[in-house]
Amino acid sequence: MGFWNVITSIIPSAIAYTIPILMGALGGLYSERSGVTNLCIEGLMLFGVFSAAATIVKLQAIPGFSFVLAIVIGIAVAAAASMLLSLLHAFAAINLKANQVISGTAINMLSTAVSLFLAQTITGSGNITIVRGIIRQDVPLLSRIPVIGQLFFHSTYWTTWLCLLLWSGSWFLLYKTSFGLRLRACGEHPSAVASAGVSVHRMRYIGVLASGFFSGIGGACILVTYAGEYNAGSGINGLGFLAIAALIFGQWKPLGILGSTFFFGLCMTIANMGKVFPLFQGIPTGYLGMFPYVATLIALVFSSRRSAAPLASGEPF
Amino acid sequence: MRRNDTIRRPLEARKASPLLVSLSAVILGIVAGCFFILCIGKNPFIGFERILFGALSNVRRIGNTLGMSTQLILIGLSVAFAFKTGLFNIGASGQMLVGGLSGSILAFYLPMDMPRVIYLPIIIVASMAAGALWGFISGLLKAKFNVHEVVSTIMLNWIAYWITYDFIPRFIIDPTISVKSKPIEAVHTLRAAWLTDLTQFSTMNYGFFLAILMCVIVAFILNKTTLGFNLKAVGSNRFCAEYAGIKVNRSIIISMAIAGALAGLGGLTYFCGYSNIMEMGKMPNEGYDGIAVALLGNCSPIGIFFSAIFFGILKMGRGSLAATGIPTEIADTIIATIIYFTATNVILASFWTGIFRKSFHKKEEQAAAAMARNGDGRDISELDRKELNSLAREGKRLGRGKEEV
Repeated sequence: MGFWNVITSIIPSAIAYTIPILMGALGGLYSERSGVTNLCIEGLMLFGVFSAAATIVKLQAIPGFSFVLAIVIGIAVAAAASMLLSLLHAFAAINLKANQVISGTAINMLSTAVSLFLAQTITGSGNITIVRGIIRQDVPLLSRIPVIGQLFFHSTYWTTWLCLLLWSGSWFLLYKTSFGLRLRACGEHPSAVASAGVSVHRMRYIGVLASGFFSGIGGACILVTYAGEYNAGSGINGLGFLAIAALIFGQWKPLGILGSTFFFGLCMTIANMGKVFPLFQGIPTGYLGMFPYVATLIALVFSSRRSAAPLASGEPF
Repeated sequence: MRRNDTIRRPLEARKASPLLVSLSAVILGIVAGCFFILCIGKNPFIGFERILFGALSNVRRIGNTLGMSTQLILIGLSVAFAFKTGLFNIGASGQMLVGGLSGSILAFYLPMDMPRVIYLPIIIVASMAAGALWGFISGLLKAKFNVHEVVSTIMLNWIAYWITYDFIPRFIIDPTISVKSKPIEAVHTLRAAWLTDLTQFSTMNYGFFLAILMCVIVAFILNKTTLGFNLKAVGSNRFCAEYAGIKVNRSIIISMAIAGALAGLGGLTYFCGYSNIMEMGKMPNEGYDGIAVALLGNCSPIGIFFSAIFFGILKMGRGSLAATGIPTEIADTIIATIIYFTATNVILASFWTGIFRKSFHKKEEQAAAAMARNGDGRDISELDRKELNSLAREGKRLGRGKEEV
C-alpha cells in the first residue's frame, strides 16, 4: 500500500471522526463562552446517539418510509432531546447556582442511566442498531478536482457539510452579531452585560441550550455515519471529554477547535483503523487504542498553561 | 438568669444540617425513581420492596451488599479526599483498574504456598501504589501544567482501560475464555474462609475491614494532622493558603496521589475480593458511583460509610427486579438523580433554613405573647432555648384558647 493510498484512506475517515467531536466542542464553546462550565458534553452526545437511534429504528421499521427522511427526523429528535437534557444542567447551574462540575457529572450519569433504562424498555436489550446509516456520496463537480477532490469531496457524508455549515454559522453568530458579543461578554464580565440591560440568565440559558443542540447533533452524527448502533456498554468512549479537551486545546475559538478536533479525529482514525496500515501493524491493539487519549494529555500539557478560558466560566451570576 | 463568661449571642433559627440536606437529596432521588417506574407503567412500591428484599433478606444477601459497599466506601473516600483539596477526582475507575490489575498480576505470579500474612500486605501495597501513581500523574499535570483534573483523569481512565486490555491477554489470560483473566484462587483473594462460611458464600471479604480502617485513617489525616490541615486550606482558598506559606502545588499532588491510592485499594477489593476475574474492555462503573457516595456523605468518613451502604443496597438489590419487569438501570437513574440534587445542595440547604427561620419566628411571636401575659419584662433575646420552647408552648395554648373564646 503506497503512501498516497494511506493518505486517501485516512483523511476521509478522519473527517468522519472529526465531525462529532467538532459538534461537541462547538456546543461546549457556546456554553463556556456564556459563562457556564459544561462537562456534560459526553452525556448530551450519548443522549443524542440514543434518541436518534430509537427514532430511526422506529421510523425505518415502517414499510415504505424513506430512509433518508428517517435519518433527518432522527437528527432533529436527537438535537431536541439533548436540548431538553441540557435544560437540567442550565437550571442547576443558572437558577440553583449549583456546583457546575458536579451537576455536569450528574447529567453524564443520568444520561447513561436513563438512555439504558429507556433502551431496555424499548428493545429489551442495551443495544439499538439502525438498519442503515447515511450512504457516502461524491460531491458533484468538486470531487473531480485533483488531489483535494480525492481527499475532501470523495465519498462524503452529507452530515459533514451540514455540520460545517453550522460551524461557520456559529462563527458568524458569535463574532459578527451583537447577540454574539453579548453572549461572549456574559462569560467574561457578566455584571457589565447586566448593567447594559441584557439578561445574563437568558444569555446563559441560550448558551447551555445551544450546547445541548450541537452535542445532540454530534451524537446523531456518530450514529448515522460510522457507528450504526447505540451501545450501552461502551457508550461513546469518552468522545465528549475529547471534545472538551479539544475546546481547551483550541483556546475556546471556533477556528481553534476546528484544528484541534481534526487532530483528535486523526488520532481516533489511527486508533481504530491502525491495523489496516502496514506502518502500524506491529503495534498491539491496546497501545493503538490508548493513542488518542495519550495524545490529548500531551496536547493539554502544551495548551493549558497559556489558557484563554473565559474569565467568568463556572461562576454563578 | 445564667450568664456565661463569653458574651451570649441571642438565639437564632437552626441551620440546615448536612445530614438533612443529604436525606432530602435521597428522597428526591427516590421520588424521581418512582416517577420513572410509573412512566413505564409499573408499581414503584413493588420495585422498592424487591430492591430491599434482594439486598437484605438473608445473611448471604447482606454479605453481598456489604461486599459491594466495600469498594464504594473506598472510592467514596478517594473522591472525598481529593474534594477536600478542591479537586474533583472522576478518574477513580482508571485508578481502580490499575490497582486491580497489579493485584491480579501479583496474585497470579506469587507462589501459592506463601503465608497470607506476608502475601496480603504485598498485594495491598502494590495496588495502592499503582493507584497512587495514576492519581499522581493527574495531580502533577494539574499542579505543573494547569491541566483540568476532570479532563486528565478521564483520559487516564481510558489509558488504564487500554492498558488492562493489553495486559490481560499478556499476563493473566484464561485460555478457555479468551476475554477474561484466569480466576484467582480463593487463598490469593481477600476472601476469608470464616467470613465466607459466616455469610453463606457471599462476596464479603477482608476488604470491608480495610475500608473501615481507611475511614478511620482518612478521618485522622484530615482532622488531626498538619498535612490534612494544609490540604483543606488549599481546598477552601488556594490563594489564601499560598499566602500562608502552604505549598499549594505539592498539596495538590499529594492529595491526588492519596486519592488514587484509596481508589487503587478499592480496585483490589473489587477485582481480587468481590470478584476474582478481570474482563477485557470493561470500565468499572463503581468509579462514578463513588462520586455519589462522597457527595451524599458530605465528604465525611462516617457519612461516606453510611451512604456507601445505602448505594450498596441499591446496587445489589436491583438484581431482584428482573421478575417485576422494571429495568435494573433504575438504580443508576436514582443514583444519578441523587448526585444532581446534591450538586444543588445550596438550594436544598436554603430551603430548609428558610423553613426553620419561619418556624422560629412563629415561636418568638408565641413566646412574646406568653411573656406579655405573664408580665415578664425580659427582652426576648435574653431567653435560652429551653425557656423559649416552653414559653412558645404556653403562648400557643394561649392563642388557641383565645380562638375558642
